[in-house]
Amino acid sequence: MSDLPEPSEAATDMRRSLVKRLWFVLPVLVFVVIAVVLAVTLGRQSNEHARDLPSALVDKPLPAFNLPPVEGYEAGLSDADIKAAGVSLLNVFASWCGPCRVEHPIWMDYAKQPDAVPLFGLNYKDQPENASSWLKKLGDPYRKIGADLNGRVGIDFGVYGVPETFIIDKTGRIVFKHVGVMTRKDLDETILPLIARLKG
Amino acid sequence: MSAELGNYALILALVMAIAQGILPLVGAARRNDNLMALAAPTVIGQFVFISMAFACLMYAYVVSDFSVMNVAANSHSDKPLLYKFTAVWGNHEGSMVLWVWILSVYGLAVAAFGRNLPPALKARALSIQGLISVGFLLFSIGTSNPFERLDPAPINGNDLNPLLQDPGLAFHPPLLYFGYVGLSMPFSFAIAALIEGRVDPAWARWVRPWTLVSWMALTAGITLGSWWAYYELGWGGFWFWDPVENASFMPWLMATALLHSALVAEKRDALKSWTVLLAILAFSLSLLGTFLVRSGVLTSVHSFASDPARGAYILGFLIFVGGGSLALYAWRAPSLKAGGTFKPISREGALLFNNLLLVVGCATVFVGELYPIVLDAINGAKVSVGPPFYEKTFVPLMAPLLLVAAAGPMLAWKRADWPGVVQRLRLAFVALAAVIALVYALHGGPIGPAIGLGIAAWLFTGAAVEFADRIKLFRAPMRESLTRLAGLPRSAFGTTLAHMGMAVLVVGSVAGTAWRTETIAVMRPGDQAELAGYTVILNTIGESKGPNYTAQIAEMRLERDGELRDLMYPEKRFYPVQGTQTTEAAIRTTWFADFYIALGDPDEASGGIGVRLYHNPFVPWIWIGASMLVLGGGFSLSDRRLRVGAPARRRVAKTQAVSASESSNA
Repeated sequence: MSDLPEPSEAATDMRRSLVKRLWFVLPVLVFVVIAVVLAVTLGRQSNEHARDLPSALVDKPLPAFNLPPVEGYEAGLSDADIKAAGVSLLNVFASWCGPCRVEHPIWMDYAKQPDAVPLFGLNYKDQPENASSWLKKLGDPYRKIGADLNGRVGIDFGVYGVPETFIIDKTGRIVFKHVGVMTRKDLDETILPLIARLKG
Repeated sequence: MSAELGNYALILALVMAIAQGILPLVGAARRNDNLMALAAPTVIGQFVFISMAFACLMYAYVVSDFSVMNVAANSHSDKPLLYKFTAVWGNHEGSMVLWVWILSVYGLAVAAFGRNLPPALKARALSIQGLISVGFLLFSIGTSNPFERLDPAPINGNDLNPLLQDPGLAFHPPLLYFGYVGLSMPFSFAIAALIEGRVDPAWARWVRPWTLVSWMALTAGITLGSWWAYYELGWGGFWFWDPVENASFMPWLMATALLHSALVAEKRDALKSWTVLLAILAFSLSLLGTFLVRSGVLTSVHSFASDPARGAYILGFLIFVGGGSLALYAWRAPSLKAGGTFKPISREGALLFNNLLLVVGCATVFVGELYPIVLDAINGAKVSVGPPFYEKTFVPLMAPLLLVAAAGPMLAWKRADWPGVVQRLRLAFVALAAVIALVYALHGGPIGPAIGLGIAAWLFTGAAVEFADRIKLFRAPMRESLTRLAGLPRSAFGTTLAHMGMAVLVVGSVAGTAWRTETIAVMRPGDQAELAGYTVILNTIGESKGPNYTAQIAEMRLERDGELRDLMYPEKRFYPVQGTQTTEAAIRTTWFADFYIALGDPDEASGGIGVRLYHNPFVPWIWIGASMLVLGGGFSLSDRRLRVGAPARRRVAKTQAVSASESSNA
């Protein structure tokens, strides 16, 4: 390979035009690299930490609270109830919140599963009669519900918008926060695997 | 009913867009006039149907129809009427409808004003517009339908994010969209030119006004967003290098570059394939911005309800548009004939230098933007790239850019007499040296801000001298100067105004960043705090109630040397429906500095309230400078040489030349 023949005039010209062409191809090559990176990130995004907003409370113990029941119910909800239940879910909902209606059937379905962990409800800034008629009409998937009438406990939890769902581990620490509607996909791909890991 | 009607209208618009995207393109390839002529009616049809859909959505918001999921999720019956309107685009689904609507407005503009365009170029460009529209309409109907119903309907809605309930932010998104979407025009013309295999000055003359319009809209939109962040977020800052800010800043940098390179393409028939590339990149970056904001790849205060499915769609579309057009570029651009040649020291040279710096600047922002994402993709590490990165990379790149911006307009085309230009810049040299020395003497400390202000003085003086030379101010009798002034093309005013505005903006951002002082205090009524020679006394703290919020309002006396300067009323608002708080800072401006007060949280131990005070020198100059940029753009746009259709006779000749060359190509 060391003794290349002297390039002819035509070959030089050809090489020159090839080099020139390479410059024009460069942008699309750079673009391909960027597109691959974005695709990889997006893939990870949907698998691992969809809508995983950092919460001030993630990896912190539950804040102490003791809430009265929703109108027509007997027991309210306190942090001790959740701690006693082991690995559990806390869902922040309200009757006035449209997206909560969207995710409600998912919770109804989940609560029926034999291996479901306890699901607690935090009824956020709701009119008492609206909350109870909402639950009566659409069904009640929660083990216990606390009525956070003025949103005080919501502030302690760093509630950002309703609905939100927290996962609490055996020791009573918040390990995960999901903001927004819980979809079937979120539940199957993010929430349930995490719960299985916490239980195991 | 309105929701179903809107949905139906969107679908009809999609049908129109498909026709617009295919038929004229086929017509142009086959030289079939009837097919090409279909562009105009399909554009009009699309505009009508999208307008209908938009009106239906707006109606649902105004009457608070909570059976529409989008309305329930983003509105509330107590919300003021203005924000019922603006909530239409304050959310992902509605903003996509606004996006396609703006796209259809631009299409309509081409159909209406483009009578003098070569018919094949016009048909192709409109077809490309149609294809873009198909992409976005499919996205809207398929993954983010704003008309989805909710059954049973909730009693009331979830309200709009209170941060967005603000007059500044109400018009920030539409302006930005006008900019983003406007960049689709140069893009469509670039693709059409690549298909035809020719770029001529007439092409550049067509592309420039569209670029100018979108550049002005982007400038105004970004400024409005920055202004909003300044007074609403309560941090006292105006630019945070937040990923979403960057997402709009990158297309702005590209549009600025395109604006200048199109000038060379128009006047000198040079830098043609470069201009085409910039047009492609500018629009691709707009799409990239959309992808980053809506896919959830970046989390930020601005994030719309993000969803990986939407992200996947936009990424696919971005790959189709960006990858497809760059591949077309790689294939066709080498055959574009190179035009006029020039020496390095010439106006073309200066503009090319400007372009290179803007593109490199854009690339550094791009790296800062994507580095955390790339790192996350490689090893899952979470890092964030903040202002220090940009201050070390982007800011120094802008220094030579601004230096050359003063000289550029003085250089002659093709080959410039550089000693003469240096001679004409001597006043600017004096200003540069004087400001650096003065600032350094007065403030000492790091030399960076002094250099920044010196460069601003250089640019301002250079622009002023160039303008004075044009009208022979002080060198000819006043009467002659005035005649010359009246005879100047408006684009000359535009250039001068925009370059001066840039200088003013640089002063604001450099001084505002470097000399800002702040203090944080916990105050009870009667307490006082000192900052920058002012004394602030907290008079009272009271409660007040707005339509959909409650607020804490403080009354503060601002005094200097024992004299009352102003009473200021900073507010902290609490929106119960969403359970969020917003800060309404009180700002007193002297045009040379802002005194800025933001209320913090109550301090329970002492019974006082946290107060943050900022003294921000020269920050108002940022808004003044940015307004000058937009105004300068407006002057250029109103130039009759740029006004569509003005050089009609010449263009007819060009049209014949184009069709002649086309038939020889075929």
